[in-house]
Amino acid sequence: MSSTEQQGRRGFLKKAATAAAAVVAPGVVLHALPATAAPRTEAVNAKVRWGMLIDANKCADGCNDCVTACDKENGLDLVDMPEGADEAHWERQRPRWIRQVKLKDNLSGKITNLPMMCQHCEKPPCVDVCPTGASFRRADGIVMVDRHICIGCRYCMMACPYKARSFIHAEVAEKLTHTPRGKGCVESCNLCVHRLDNGGRSTACQDACKHQAIVFGDLNDPDSAVSQALKKYPSVQIRADLKLNTGVRYSNI
Amino acid sequence: MIRIRSIMLFLASAVLGLVVGPGTVLAGEAVEGTAKADKLEQCVEPTAVMRRNHFTFIKHQRDLTVRQGIRGSKHSLAGCVDCHARKDASGKAVPVDAPGQFCAGCHEYVAASLDCFSCHSAVPGEK
Repeated sequence: MSSTEQQGRRGFLKKAATAAAAVVAPGVVLHALPATAAPRTEAVNAKVRWGMLIDANKCADGCNDCVTACDKENGLDLVDMPEGADEAHWERQRPRWIRQVKLKDNLSGKITNLPMMCQHCEKPPCVDVCPTGASFRRADGIVMVDRHICIGCRYCMMACPYKARSFIHAEVAEKLTHTPRGKGCVESCNLCVHRLDNGGRSTACQDACKHQAIVFGDLNDPDSAVSQALKKYPSVQIRADLKLNTGVRYSNI
Repeated sequence: MIRIRSIMLFLASAVLGLVVGPGTVLAGEAVEGTAKADKLEQCVEPTAVMRRNHFTFIKHQRDLTVRQGIRGSKHSLAGCVDCHARKDASGKAVPVDAPGQFCAGCHEYVAASLDCFSCHSAVPGEK
């Protein structure tokens, strides 16, 4: 490791520590993204577990900002509709890492909106069923697909209780350097792993949410914004009965 | 006879992509010397080592990056593309897997299929 890299890393850690100390009110979103942060040089470990708290009360009806930001960040907007495809069919089949879900309580009529994506389970069913080991859980809690060994069987899509995964049906002409994508592989939300590995500490959806409904951070750090918010507000895991210990939690649903 | 030979020579060189019009370069056609690598003495390893082992380097690195999150390593496919992609006359990057370009040039010659770019971007990333 060169000395400049070391400096960058040290500088980043210092900045991150001050930023974390500056957060007093839980729910205040931590937007520390030093552009000079060095790329990760050591393997990720289980000291960190990335997760999110989503406040469904703050999630506004008709707002689509997180989905659009995710599409742009991860190049999903570059995937074109196949020629001659049916528009409605395409909308159901197109790759999406975040889905907007609208719930209606039939008794009271109350409508709840929430973004639904990979819940980054501690015991992910997609990893359980994957025949090649392509679906895996990274040490820091991010559930990902290693597309080098994904054979596109889509068992994981069947196993996922959250319908979080997408399949790429056709060749993709244009792709981003940090998000490779090709025909015949499954993919899903990776918590903007390219940002995290390059020193970033936020996801595209969190940055895009003007209602501040998404708090992202390290669940293992008791001082992180997300841990503080989880401590303060009641929250649930969706399908908690499956005992998957999800990394994405919701409040007010 | 000389005329036929010169036509054949022209055709052969056209096939190899060696024909450069006098002073004009077609849009989308790579300009020699525009890749970062064109200005460097050697790659991340000596040229002979790279020729023989580049696939091993990036195959090893890909697992470290995907599974362990290690980025910015010495060997990386994004690094290959960033350094070896040439630009056309308008300054737009030409894909390294385009016919005759850095990767495709050799891979076509040795008939080794080049699968990297069915998923990976073949032009330098946006920074």
